[in-house]
Amino acid sequence: MKRVNAVVVGAGAAGGIVAKELAEAGLSVVLLERGKWYTAWDGRKDDLRNQRTTVLGNAFGPDDERNPRVAVDLNGHAHVVRASGPGYSNNAACVGGGTLSYGAMAWRYMERDFRMRSTYGPVAGSTLEDWPISYGDLEPYYEKAEWEIGVSGDDSGNPFRAPRRKPLPMPPLAPNREFEILYPAAKRLGLHPFHIPMLRNSVPYNGRGPCMRCRWCVGFACEVNAKCGTQNTVIPKALATGNCELRTGCMTRQVLTDAHGRATGVEYFDAYDRRQRQDADLVVVSSAAVESARLLLNSKTPLFPNGLGNRYDWVGRNFQGHSYTGAFGIMPADIYDDLGPGASIAVCDYNHGNPGLAGGAMLANEFIRLPYQFVGMLPPDVPKWGQAHKDFMRSFYRRAIAVQGPTQEMPMFSARVEVDRAVRDYWGIPVARLSGDKHPHTIEIGAFAAAKAEGWLREAGAVRTWKKLAGPGLTGGQHQAGTCRMGDDPKTSVVNRYCQVHEIDNLFVIDGSVHVTNGGFNPVLTIMANAYRASDHLLKGWKGTRYK
Amino acid sequence: MDRRRFIVAGIAGTAVGCARPGGPWRFFTLQEARTVEAVCAHIIPRDRDPGAVEAGAAVFIDRQLAGFYKPLRPAYRHGVAAINRESVRFAGRAFADLPAASQLDLLLRIERSPETKPFFDLLVAHAMQGFYGDPRHGGNRERASWKMLGVASPPVRGRA
Repeated sequence: MKRVNAVVVGAGAAGGIVAKELAEAGLSVVLLERGKWYTAWDGRKDDLRNQRTTVLGNAFGPDDERNPRVAVDLNGHAHVVRASGPGYSNNAACVGGGTLSYGAMAWRYMERDFRMRSTYGPVAGSTLEDWPISYGDLEPYYEKAEWEIGVSGDDSGNPFRAPRRKPLPMPPLAPNREFEILYPAAKRLGLHPFHIPMLRNSVPYNGRGPCMRCRWCVGFACEVNAKCGTQNTVIPKALATGNCELRTGCMTRQVLTDAHGRATGVEYFDAYDRRQRQDADLVVVSSAAVESARLLLNSKTPLFPNGLGNRYDWVGRNFQGHSYTGAFGIMPADIYDDLGPGASIAVCDYNHGNPGLAGGAMLANEFIRLPYQFVGMLPPDVPKWGQAHKDFMRSFYRRAIAVQGPTQEMPMFSARVEVDRAVRDYWGIPVARLSGDKHPHTIEIGAFAAAKAEGWLREAGAVRTWKKLAGPGLTGGQHQAGTCRMGDDPKTSVVNRYCQVHEIDNLFVIDGSVHVTNGGFNPVLTIMANAYRASDHLLKGWKGTRYK
Repeated sequence: MDRRRFIVAGIAGTAVGCARPGGPWRFFTLQEARTVEAVCAHIIPRDRDPGAVEAGAAVFIDRQLAGFYKPLRPAYRHGVAAINRESVRFAGRAFADLPAASQLDLLLRIERSPETKPFFDLLVAHAMQGFYGDPRHGGNRERASWKMLGVASPPVRGRA
């Protein structure tokens, strides 16, 4: 393949942005994506086969047949797991990555989310640390992500938000029923409710129409293209420059390095399973926390016997995601309005400053629950089947509200991604092996958030409530992060503050892998902002033909 | 809430459901299909709204066993046989031929036994999918469960 300036591995939230920034600056870019490019026309609404409910498979990849992983359970037993099955920690494999089918909450982390260690001190058993960058370093790029990708909402009612220079580009969607019920209740409790920022058009924006408010949102591709992902924003822009070539169906096998320890390109299998080599002046790995770590670990050479960036055994460590903790409530009357996306109102009162806790969680009402999803949410004392189960579904489906949020995680050195010695994927590449546990303090934070969610629902008039708590075991999934930690000290991190692998100047990891901690928020806007920021710095160091 | 009382109250109609085969079956033998339908009739019984059988949950399961659930074929072959074995052992007849109250007793026993519980749980999960899931997979016939819950079925664009 013709040599290019940059090869980007993974066309998701970060990779799409990096490709566009580099291509617009005039670099020749090849964007490799193992999945397909779906369009709005593929917006199939299948309650059993999407990215959230995967009992009949992942709608947007990866496929079960070719992409096994190994998951080690809490008893130390290793299991081969399917991409659509439990324990896999899946994120979609397609152009746009998770952003094609996400719920699209667009959170800026708070200032303290970047300074967890300074704020709370050490937490025993956790690798809790500060980011090497601050909120202020990311702020301009948060703004860029909000305006280029497109965010609607209104966080002016949130006094805890970090300072912003510009408001969001689009107003929020009109409030749904749950908003109207939960808003006054939060006010009565002295909380500060507001409209969730969402990467979703509420008005025509960027040449696409607004949300039509159907109930098939999170987990689905938007049928009217109102959700804003990289597949319908920056990736088309990257291609329009003429400098970027997107190759789908391409599974990257390894990052290639030369005898001097510089990256020279990647080796991959193309859509016809032919082995290809793409030479490049610089390599950007944007494959999300599991696959980015796997790729670095699978790129061993005599110079890098432990894999790239792994001299001090930090690649794959601190694997984290989010447990969703909260509560369900049954309201006294029918409140179902069938207005998507459903999630509409949030509070950040419990993200920080909770007595005795190192962090907290944002709390928001949940996306519309499809009937089959609701089956999995019933109170523990309702029988799992039979007349009583049916009666509960019939009586309460239209009366339920869920409030929950992503719990701030205490990173664990022992929660990790490795490559398995025995199991290989369809292409013969060693697969990711996931092992480790959740920090007990994460579970405590979750229990606190669940109690607060329950209190909010009760104040809103719920006649019956029950909690959703975090159990033990790894988290990961769509919010996966942490495996290529960003830091100033090469001995305790994988990339520097500009997402450059410490030992290899022209190799970058740009995605959620670099997150030191993952906030009490959905991480995607931070992944996007950091991709803009890292691209910006990369371009400043670009000297025409090579990276300095 | 007393589960048994509710279940027993809803059982009157199940025999009708069992009498109407959902075939032609792609994976199940007729005997297996009868058994699965008879179990489904208890998992989501018919009352003023259709139950799992009327909504085609067994058809859903059969179709998936010819498709995405192919790897679960042995579990079904053995699991359904085990239900009938238990039935013959305790009541001298195949499960589908028992009166509804005896069927329910047997299912509660099957749910408690560590050997038979995993398959029963699987069957419960699949029946729920077939009843509450998308009609395109062979279950939720005429959107029976969505009508019961009062959820509209707007026309959707995109691939069917």
